Amino acid sequence: MAHDTTVTTSGHDEHHHESPVVFGFWVYLMTDCIIFGSLFATFAVLRNQFNGGPSGHELFELSGLGLETALLLISSITYGFGMIAAHKNEISKVIMWLGVTFLLGLGFVGLEVNEFAHMIHEGAGPDRSAFLSAFFTLVATHGLHVSCGLIWIVTLMVQLMGTTAIPERMMNKLTCLSLFWHFLDIVWICVFSYVYLASMI
Amino acid sequence: MLGRLSLSAIPLDVPILVGTFLGVAIVGLAVLGLITYYGKWGYLWKEWFTSVDHKRLAVMYIILALVALFRGFADAIMMRTQLALAYAGNPGYLPPHHYDQIFSAHGTIMIFFLAMAFMTGLFNFVVPLQIGARDVAFPFLNNLSFWMTAIAFILVNVSLFIGEFSQCGWLAYPPLSEAQFSPGVGVDYYIWAIQLSGVGTLLTGVNFFVTIVKMRAPGMTWMKMPVFTWTAFCSSILIMVSFPVLTVAVALLGLDRYFGMHFFTNDGGGNQMMYLNLIWAWGHPEVYILVIPAFGVFSEVVPAFSQKPLFGYGTMVYATCAIMVLSFLVWVHHFFTMGAGPDVNAFFGIATMVISIPTGVKLFNWMFTMYKGRIQYHACMYWAVGFMVTFTIGGMTGVMMAIPGADFVLHNSLFLIAHFHNVIIGGVYFGYVCGMNFWFPKVMGFKLNESWGKRAFWFWFVGFYFAFVPLYVVGFQGMTRRLNHYDNPAWHPWLLIAEVGAVLILFGIVCQLMQLFVSIRDRNLAENRDFTGDPWNGRTLEWSTSSPPPVYNFAIVPHVHELDAYMHDKENGVDTRCAGGQYEAIHMPKNTAAGFLVGAFSLILGFAAIWYIWWLAAIGLIGVIGTVIARSANKDIDFYIPAEEVARIENEHTRKLMAQAAE
Amino acid sequence: MKNKLLARVARLGGLSSALLLAGCELDVLDPKGPVGEGVKSLILTSTVAMLIVVVPTIILSLVFAWQYRQSNTSAEYLPKWCHSNKIELVIWGVPTLIIIFLAVITYQTCHSLDPYKPLEAEANTKPLHVEVVALDWKWLFIYPEQGIATVNQLAIPVNTPVDFVITSDSVMNSFFIPRLGSMIYAMAGMQTQLHLLASEPGDYLGESANYSGRGFSDMKFRTLAVSGDEFNAWVDKVKSSSEQLDSQTYPKLAAPSEANPVEYFAHVEPGMFNTIVAKYNNGMIMDKTTGQMVQVQSAMSDMNMKE
Repeated sequence: MAHDTTVTTSGHDEHHHESPVVFGFWVYLMTDCIIFGSLFATFAVLRNQFNGGPSGHELFELSGLGLETALLLISSITYGFGMIAAHKNEISKVIMWLGVTFLLGLGFVGLEVNEFAHMIHEGAGPDRSAFLSAFFTLVATHGLHVSCGLIWIVTLMVQLMGTTAIPERMMNKLTCLSLFWHFLDIVWICVFSYVYLASMI
Repeated sequence: MLGRLSLSAIPLDVPILVGTFLGVAIVGLAVLGLITYYGKWGYLWKEWFTSVDHKRLAVMYIILALVALFRGFADAIMMRTQLALAYAGNPGYLPPHHYDQIFSAHGTIMIFFLAMAFMTGLFNFVVPLQIGARDVAFPFLNNLSFWMTAIAFILVNVSLFIGEFSQCGWLAYPPLSEAQFSPGVGVDYYIWAIQLSGVGTLLTGVNFFVTIVKMRAPGMTWMKMPVFTWTAFCSSILIMVSFPVLTVAVALLGLDRYFGMHFFTNDGGGNQMMYLNLIWAWGHPEVYILVIPAFGVFSEVVPAFSQKPLFGYGTMVYATCAIMVLSFLVWVHHFFTMGAGPDVNAFFGIATMVISIPTGVKLFNWMFTMYKGRIQYHACMYWAVGFMVTFTIGGMTGVMMAIPGADFVLHNSLFLIAHFHNVIIGGVYFGYVCGMNFWFPKVMGFKLNESWGKRAFWFWFVGFYFAFVPLYVVGFQGMTRRLNHYDNPAWHPWLLIAEVGAVLILFGIVCQLMQLFVSIRDRNLAENRDFTGDPWNGRTLEWSTSSPPPVYNFAIVPHVHELDAYMHDKENGVDTRCAGGQYEAIHMPKNTAAGFLVGAFSLILGFAAIWYIWWLAAIGLIGVIGTVIARSANKDIDFYIPAEEVARIENEHTRKLMAQAAE
Repeated sequence: MKNKLLARVARLGGLSSALLLAGCELDVLDPKGPVGEGVKSLILTSTVAMLIVVVPTIILSLVFAWQYRQSNTSAEYLPKWCHSNKIELVIWGVPTLIIIFLAVITYQTCHSLDPYKPLEAEANTKPLHVEVVALDWKWLFIYPEQGIATVNQLAIPVNTPVDFVITSDSVMNSFFIPRLGSMIYAMAGMQTQLHLLASEPGDYLGESANYSGRGFSDMKFRTLAVSGDEFNAWVDKVKSSSEQLDSQTYPKLAAPSEANPVEYFAHVEPGMFNTIVAKYNNGMIMDKTTGQMVQVQSAMSDMNMKE
């Protein structure tokens, strides 16, 4: 991401007038999508390998899940507000919305960790059966992505503090994080419907 | 404190390894001593290790590849020697524990660190120049990719002296690679090496995809793009689609080993067949990732030395794209013998054969490029013609194995080994070496020595047939791969011939080293220098720059009107460089240590995780994250080359060109 | 029409194989059973079909490379020529035709040589059932009808179809007798099938074709293809052994060993094979007729055979 065009001088060359950062990040997300795709495929293969252990039907609770889903979906909206503020160059509002998004994301991760701890405590950890291995890996990979997103949000908040304008490089970063955050939302919807709902029906 | 690492992990009881260690230590100390003596550390650090210049990275990639070749070939000749000896009760000199590590390391190193690094080196050097760009899209990530590849290779070599490497073959099939059957650190070394280098490769794929999509010179439409760039493009797409699958497959294996999960275990509901599907969903595209750029090299070299345009450019592009798509529909041919139904096997068998149609078309295209040409027999053309003959045979044996009925007796035999070496050496390696001979003067400003180049070719070419035709034969005799010893008298003479072949290939490698040595020694002789930047009367934009190109590649970004843009300009008297034009300041990325640091911390992370030294792993992980955050906060990442400096460099080159023309 | 061509091509292939065999003995191309014969003629037919395009390609490459060398100034030089629809048609057309031909025989042979397909036997011969277990690093053969088992030695009567059911009680292996034809993987918790027939008596090498670790190189067995009477005598010999294979002795056998000698077991506990498969599936095994998982009913089903 070194092609920074924050310094606008007469040295304009038609070659770099448009930063490839956002496009490149979008392409990278597509490769991430394949990682999730492979994990979903793995889950599909192993979803009935309970090894005498509990099934999803016995383990999953809708109430906590609903809250998790709500937190993540709302966080996407708050991030959207942050982007609107960024386009208007209202830095304090951007920081505020990023903070809200962070708290919602943190809540999501917290609930997920709690759910995992509960399952492991009940003896339904990832080493119990192939189904649980696939479940924990898929869901935790998503959770790990969200956690990376949280670190990223904090980093950008710190970088934004005390600045008066949003240069193009920062705008690119905000846009990339926005893509990332919405992407995780979409993945979560797939996780929610394919892993949780389908196991409970 | 040190996890499972203890002094007993150092294999002092294996004399071969102790000797190797001493050798590596002496050579390593000598190199380090020389660098210190000549005070070159600062130069290396500032100009190379932290460089984001794609041309510098290309050179480092290719050096890495040649070191990997050395290591991988040492493994190869040790294996051939073992099989030449270990016959009829003689156990040979390599016990299974050591031998099994060698064949696993050989495959891993040759694919991930010789072939992939060599290929990325060629991409880095050629693609930005061919498309008229000043750098790749993400120069910092390019540097990071290199270091991830390099440290993964270091990790593989650390396993020689601390602990052990995997003994499960280069793809580490479970359940053999599971903790139950391979409790040692070997498979963990393998997992971490693959994952860390995989990060580098994936970023390379994204980088070149974006570079080619976004950064082509004005006027260079898709169908005016040079064929090598097309092949780099298709290869990058394959990397982006297939490497994530490898990452998942190996990560799940790691989760089984580290956390006792049950993805591929025998018990707990695991499914070993899923690993084979995942790993080959990467593995088959992988061989096309490697060979498609080799096709690209030949598509540049054969026209240049036949002094004719490439025959059937459009066909070439469509054939490349067809191969790219088809390569995802064939992975099951690696395990027809698993017991899938006849219809599944037939589908994947036929899909595999279909690939041979576009591949065959490519061969014919190169042939008809030579047809009615004026072929100059530079060493490059030796490799190209040698490739056409060898690869055709490899393709044929490949189609044989694509027929499930035939594969039922040839699978996992030495016939298979002969087949894939036939295409990987005859296709990939010949192609990359051909490309190295072709673009070397562009990289370094002087040509590679012709005589040693041709000697290297003949040893490799003849050595290849001596080494691998016997393996086809013993394959038909029912000899399976990865045997450590045997007692079948019919196999022995063939394995002796194969040993001779390995020695001939050794001479080939020695000739290649001599070629480099002699070329560097004689670099200042007038006939070896490349003052014009266009030693072969080239057709594409990279030949329009000086050799080596200036750091910014093109002072004025060229405008492309036709395929073979530079040839078109030369024939029509267009000055591609716009020499003496109005130069402007050029915006360039600054060198950065971040890539090196992320690599170094990743190495710490990987090594610590292999040995269960969790506090050190945490330091590595925090180091990686911290470096990335620091890099993100760094505002001092670019600079401008002033217009006067550009003018000075360009005028200097123009002066040399005029002097050359006046002679 | 097509079959006639196929036969003719196969005859041509036979000729070239005779030439090849004069030089050395190629086990896979000198099979001793119908499966191997089928594979051999498939290999030869496909090779000949491909040589139709491969030989001209190699020759033309070399001819062009030589003819149009720079020093040969008498050769025509067309510095701009780079396209011809006629040539394009041929270079796409000919390989396509050959691949269509190969695709047809691939589809046919995928079915005719399907390892799961039972072989047709002469009227009064009953197929022999053998259950194969890959262990670290040896092969266990269970003869359920005879109630015996052997290690690293497989005896089969000639001209009798042998139905193998194969599993592994360790890592993945591949069960392969080169002289008889096809191989198939052995995987824990799963049953693969293979049908072979020896048409000539002999002593054939059997091996694992999938690397399985330290002792892999010695994971070999002899295949004794013998007459019916000799086979019965062999069964009696095995039955005279003092060893038995049951839940007590099995774990000792299954423990890793290298270059394991031939062993005979006079008696095998019934259901042994199913128990070995089922222990990786929580006591379940797939019923081959219905495809459903069913609980294994066996005296051994509650034993714990895991090391």
